[in-house]
Amino acid sequence: MKHTYRKCTHLLAGVSALIVVSLVGCGVGESNVVIGNREGILHLGNASEPTGLDPHVVTTTDASRILGALFEGLVTRNPWTLEPEPGVAERWEISTDGLIYTFHINPKAVWSNGEPITASDYVWTWKRALHPKTGNRNAYLLYVIDNAEAFATGAIDDFGEVGVKALEEAILQVTLRGPTPHFLVQLMHHSSYALHPETILKHGEMTDRFTQWTRPENFVGNGPFILEEWAMNRYIKVGKSPTYWDRDKVSLNGVVFYPIEDDNIEERMFRVDQLHRTFTLPLDKIPAYSTMPDTPFRTAPYLGSYFYVVNNLRAPTDDVRVRKALALAVDREKIARTIMYDSVIPAYGVVPPFIPHYTPPAPFAFNPERARELLAEAGYPDGEGWPGLEITYNTSEAHRKIAIAIQQMWKKNLGVEITLANQEWKVYVETVNQKDYQVARMGWIGDVYPSSFLELFLTDGGNNDSGYSDPRFDDLLISKGGQSVTREERYRYMQQAEALLMDAMPIIPIYSYTTRLLQHPSVEGMPLNVTQSINLKYAELVPGRTLPDSIR
Amino acid sequence: MLKFLISRLLQSVPVILIVVTATFFLVRAAPGGPFDEEKAVLPEVRKALEAQYKLDLPLHEQYFAYLGDLFQGDLGPSFKYPGRSVNEILASGLPITAELGFYALLIALVIGGTAGVFAALKPNTKQDYIPMTLAMVGICMPSFLLGPLLVLVFGIYLELLPIAGWGMLPGDKILPSVTLGSAYAAYVARLSRAGMLEVLSQDYIRTARAKGLPEWQVVVRHALRGGIIPVVAFLGPAFAGLLAGSFVVETIFQIPGLGRFYVQAAFNRDYTMILGTTVFLSTLIVFFNLLSDVAAAWLNPRLRAQFQGGK
Repeated sequence: MKHTYRKCTHLLAGVSALIVVSLVGCGVGESNVVIGNREGILHLGNASEPTGLDPHVVTTTDASRILGALFEGLVTRNPWTLEPEPGVAERWEISTDGLIYTFHINPKAVWSNGEPITASDYVWTWKRALHPKTGNRNAYLLYVIDNAEAFATGAIDDFGEVGVKALEEAILQVTLRGPTPHFLVQLMHHSSYALHPETILKHGEMTDRFTQWTRPENFVGNGPFILEEWAMNRYIKVGKSPTYWDRDKVSLNGVVFYPIEDDNIEERMFRVDQLHRTFTLPLDKIPAYSTMPDTPFRTAPYLGSYFYVVNNLRAPTDDVRVRKALALAVDREKIARTIMYDSVIPAYGVVPPFIPHYTPPAPFAFNPERARELLAEAGYPDGEGWPGLEITYNTSEAHRKIAIAIQQMWKKNLGVEITLANQEWKVYVETVNQKDYQVARMGWIGDVYPSSFLELFLTDGGNNDSGYSDPRFDDLLISKGGQSVTREERYRYMQQAEALLMDAMPIIPIYSYTTRLLQHPSVEGMPLNVTQSINLKYAELVPGRTLPDSIR
Repeated sequence: MLKFLISRLLQSVPVILIVVTATFFLVRAAPGGPFDEEKAVLPEVRKALEAQYKLDLPLHEQYFAYLGDLFQGDLGPSFKYPGRSVNEILASGLPITAELGFYALLIALVIGGTAGVFAALKPNTKQDYIPMTLAMVGICMPSFLLGPLLVLVFGIYLELLPIAGWGMLPGDKILPSVTLGSAYAAYVARLSRAGMLEVLSQDYIRTARAKGLPEWQVVVRHALRGGIIPVVAFLGPAFAGLLAGSFVVETIFQIPGLGRFYVQAAFNRDYTMILGTTVFLSTLIVFFNLLSDVAAAWLNPRLRAQFQGGK
């Protein structure tokens, strides 16, 4: 009897000891930031687990960042000036008509397995990127290349007809279908990086999505870092590449990317020194951080537009006067101040007003009187006879607040009734793509050229959810703007196109995006820029600096 | 006993088949698909993607193809994470979620069991009211509140414990285990108190006391065995529930377990992943229910006799 009891207590003691030992480990040690600063390892919050590391599979910013560390394009982006710098190509020539680009590959540029990078690697990779079987969502970015679209849609089978040629081992010639001053910008995107053909073919067919070539033990890249560890949903670790041609300029010994989907958790991890830099910052934390002395809070404009897309094909918003009335009756300053804590920039156009060298057309102003007049002209004086209107948005606290604010503004300023419809993300995407909505929330991220925003409104464009169509606009954008060789001439047409667009008001602009994040004072060389891009080649860690005490 | 086991196992086959079928057709009926994103997918790209995942076949053919793969243990490739199979993702998440669930259950048993037994020994006194009130608070407090509270106190203010991760920093397993375990500890406390109260008023306990046994022997050797039957019955479903329901805790503490994949799969319309996790978890639930029935039968002499009689 006693024996059993002793067994019981022993078991209990054993179990408790097990819990204590396995849970406590060996006590809390140094933080990531302290160790990282000593060893040159940067710890980055990076939104979500990347869907993969194959440049022809992934589409998101978070994955793009990791790829930017593992690969290098023909040209790379200078994080301060945003201008192209030599990457794999040490220099390049552009023909006077702007159609032919000749890239001279740097003889020192090699793959992480030591093999030299050749022009034919690019030809092979872009064939994979465009191949109809690959299913690359970013294939359209390469459609500026002559015959690329025809090959991608299966109209031609011979890749030899596409404007990409390896003239010599180290000379790549690209022929475009029209002059495209931003072609070099597109070459900075991860979808145009070269891949190592033999590595991919070793693990499957050229167009295979399901292969193992992106695993750390198989991975071959050409960037300043190499893939060391990929622990799904935990972290991705990259280390400094010993073969990268410009390795003397790389200061970090490694980077760890953490997929953290909840921004509140990310903020807490930053506070206890587990991260050097967050991906974002929860809205409601902005007031506290912006008043903190020596704050780690950083913010900068970001090339994205938040707007309400209006169904141009359905009553009552098929009437331009109704659309304009709705646009004029929104007090954007108030939304930016009260809901977004002044962290966004009120918008009065489609293109964010901070693209270098581009001047948007003159903005309209918040004008409730004029809005009421326009609505009366359209046949709804003071909202009489108004058939009702529904705002559709996807589940998110900020979207909901903005929708409620706009509902109130339209009711107060125009006397019209508005209903709100909240939808789960995928349902919402389908609703909008099928144009089965009246007014819907939209966000669009572009690049450093205005057509990346204006293209949304081309007749029959894949992303034209508003139903807007104007041959004059298409002509300005495609024929006039698309054929201009110089940036000045092109941007002049773009400005005219945007003016035309805003006169028809197919969408209701609300605000331009900003980047907002927390950055540890030890981080240098990672300036915030309008493209949210990071060039980890330039990142540095300065030990000895600490967060302000008031952060705890 | 064997007959009982076999019949229960056979019963579970149609249950799981129904789960597979219902899930398969329900996820297809949901609006929006795995390839729908804000940026429209070009028609030629969509065609290629659908062909790669066999979505271009008629639905019933897809269903039978899936069943065929399933019987061979192949859950297919993930839609969201091409290059990884659902089997691989489950295999990477399961050990972590199971470890978390195991610690949580241990905490629940040790803390909850002790509190429940002590409360039952002196019912309607302070020794009863205090732990039972705490248990009520524990049941009512959701983990999305308790987790951040613990993080704030132990992680940020006291700087004692790491606030996120699993097996990356020393001590990072404590807070998630406590958070997940506390709600279950509260249930265990209430169940063990009720069970003990009933047993302690039985005649055989009075006999044990009359024999002059010390009180701790009466409690531990005689009363506990009967008193924890409700707890044992609760354990099987509880463990399965821990595996399937650890999503909140896994999110709060950045733990790469199954729960996060399960919930994200639904948002992503990752058809194979939703099916894979559902099938896997329902199998586990069936299995753990069976296990707790067997354990309860073994602990309860009357039920045990029934099985022996039926042999």
